[in-house]
Amino acid sequence: MSNTHADTVLFVRDTMLPQQEPPASTVGALGWAKANLFSGWFNTTLTILSALFILYLLSGLVPWFASPTWYAASLTECREILAGHEGACWGVIRERWLQLMFGFYPSELYWRPVLALVLLFVAVAPVLFADYVPSKLLGFTALYPFIAVWLLWGGTIWAPVMALLGFVVAFFVFRYASKQISPALALIAGVIAALLWWMVITPAITPDLSRLLPIGIEAVQSRQFGGFMLSITIGVTAIMCSLPIGILLALGRQSDLVLVKAICVGFIEFIRGVPLITLLFVASTLLNIFMPPGTNFDIILRVMIMVTLFASAYMAEVIRGGLAALPKGQYEGADSLGLDYWQSQRLIIMPQALKISIPGIVSTFIGVFKDTTLVSIISMFDPLGLSNAIRADTAWNGVYWELFIFIGAVFFIFCFSMSRYSMYLERKLQTGHR
Amino acid sequence: MKKTAIFGALTVAGLMAGAAGAATLDDVKARGKLNCGVSTGLAGFSNPDANGNWEGFDVAVCRAVAGAVLGDANAVEFVPTTGKTRFTALASGEIDMLARNTTWTLSRDADLKFTFVGVNYYDGQGFMAPKELGVSSAKELDGATVCIQTGTTTELNLADYFRKNNMSYEPVPIETNAEAQQQYLAGACDVYTTDASGLASTRATFEDPSAHVILPEIISKEPLGPLVRHGDDEWGDIVRWSLNALIAAEEFGITSANVADMAAAAGDSPEINRMLGTEGNLGEMLGLDANWAVNAISAGGNYGEVFEKNIGESTPIGLARGLNAQWTEGGLLYSPPFR
Repeated sequence: MSNTHADTVLFVRDTMLPQQEPPASTVGALGWAKANLFSGWFNTTLTILSALFILYLLSGLVPWFASPTWYAASLTECREILAGHEGACWGVIRERWLQLMFGFYPSELYWRPVLALVLLFVAVAPVLFADYVPSKLLGFTALYPFIAVWLLWGGTIWAPVMALLGFVVAFFVFRYASKQISPALALIAGVIAALLWWMVITPAITPDLSRLLPIGIEAVQSRQFGGFMLSITIGVTAIMCSLPIGILLALGRQSDLVLVKAICVGFIEFIRGVPLITLLFVASTLLNIFMPPGTNFDIILRVMIMVTLFASAYMAEVIRGGLAALPKGQYEGADSLGLDYWQSQRLIIMPQALKISIPGIVSTFIGVFKDTTLVSIISMFDPLGLSNAIRADTAWNGVYWELFIFIGAVFFIFCFSMSRYSMYLERKLQTGHR
Repeated sequence: MKKTAIFGALTVAGLMAGAAGAATLDDVKARGKLNCGVSTGLAGFSNPDANGNWEGFDVAVCRAVAGAVLGDANAVEFVPTTGKTRFTALASGEIDMLARNTTWTLSRDADLKFTFVGVNYYDGQGFMAPKELGVSSAKELDGATVCIQTGTTTELNLADYFRKNNMSYEPVPIETNAEAQQQYLAGACDVYTTDASGLASTRATFEDPSAHVILPEIISKEPLGPLVRHGDDEWGDIVRWSLNALIAAEEFGITSANVADMAAAAGDSPEINRMLGTEGNLGEMLGLDANWAVNAISAGGNYGEVFEKNIGESTPIGLARGLNAQWTEGGLLYSPPFR
């Protein structure tokens, strides 16, 4: 065999050539550009045109953004600094960014909303990143709403403590009663006990407690809330409360009990049939009229309730979509295992339905957070309402883009983070059915 | 139809609130703070500064009333209201008085059940046009495109004016003053119409104010003033006379600088003495301290001082006194006697 071609083939390589680097034009940035940007005359033309367009945009935007007006004290001063050139007037952001963040919250107490926000991240960490954070923190998560309310509104510590104790009372009554009577009745008994605690016992003993043990921090009026602090307070409350309420509504809508189903369907369809602004107007003006004069039902609380109800109705429909997407076999499988209704929901149905609904749920969250800007219409100073108030200052009358860009950027940070988190969650829960 | 229903609801609301919370003065004193409705932001009239303190021409009225009632010009809880929430806020008792550049009209007085206690600014609707358009009178605006805020009385006034003068126009409806400024500057409309004070403050924000003219015609009467609910005349009197005290103080030459001296002892003028409480018992008649007017005036000065500080010719808004001068100087400000 070795000699067969000895006469016809002049040279046979008997060693392997070492591997060579691919040609420089096909790897790295150059290769990527060649493959993606300049592959053929049509794409090359498009690339060049797009690059020119981007350059054109940048040539307009960069000088506008990089305008040296950070220390200007009024729009007139900005115009003097710019001397006829186009440019942003960033002085308004320097002077008012704290106001855009905190509204009229007393400046020496800014640490309280900041601390509340930091603690919020601590509180949601065990829920959002269950893999990395010890579940012991869940106790703190349960306490967080009371801590946050106390930090934001201040006042005596006994109000949130008594509110918290109400839940404890309800829990123990429920536990004790469920041994004696049916769970549904025990639940009702628990709720009644909590209501009694809040309505009768709390008002009776809180004043005495706060006099005997005057632990408290300076109280802050709701009217002093504003800016992003207001948006986040309303948004976070609505987001946190709307998910559980939405789940219950979605389940209620599928219930076989006629009354439960009718209430849930009626609620969902009513709320979804009414614009949010209408609900906000009801909260801000009509409720005032219905209630006896002198009652002080906190305006932020009213708005929070309305936004939460609104978000819950949408959430219920999103989750119903998830429930409807589950094959019937899952329900039947749960039944065949002998699980009761709540067990099968908790262990089999909801984990799957919620996973399917994640994009819809997060969309609703983002939508609710952005909808909080609507409260400017009922004269609360959310960031957009504040931008109007800032423009009413003669120093800044005529400043638009700078304020809107700043507000938009902050909203983008929050909404984009939520969106990225939902993608992370989807990847994490991906179990490969496709 | 819709409007009637809304007004009807408001009327019922007004009646209920009026009947239930009659003694506003006692409420304010018990609370230690005056709840005063102001605009969420209108240049020169009410706006919060960087520290959240409210300032402006309407705000000064609130402070004067707080001074008269509580002796402290800072004892005011400013409740920002929008054009949509202002009347329900007042009717429901959320605020004790409203000082939000609100035009005094018959229907607001009689149908909405409010009492306008006076006028703190006589405004009127005007037009602004770019100088290069070459118009010098509103009569030359036939066929013009007009930027106009929807849902306000200005819209109706405009239609009336053009019909009366047999001219045509094309409206460009807009929602807010901020939007109007942008549209007007972008050339979406030939002229912009709103209250003359608003035009002046808008023009002051332009890069080149001299390139725009405010036409001489004023096509409507817009008396702006503070108002209270029907049903508590004692409270209405207090707000009315606090405002009158500011106006009379300017007439008598009482300023925030000299009010303390003049109130220290009775002077030569009996009316000043009565007003400042060194003679007679006018304060007692109102249910207030004897030095109520002193406190009202020292809150921010007399009417002229308040005007100059917030919207006068030395401010960027630069309004002339015009109709808002004292009656002795050809204006309409005329306080009834303190007797």
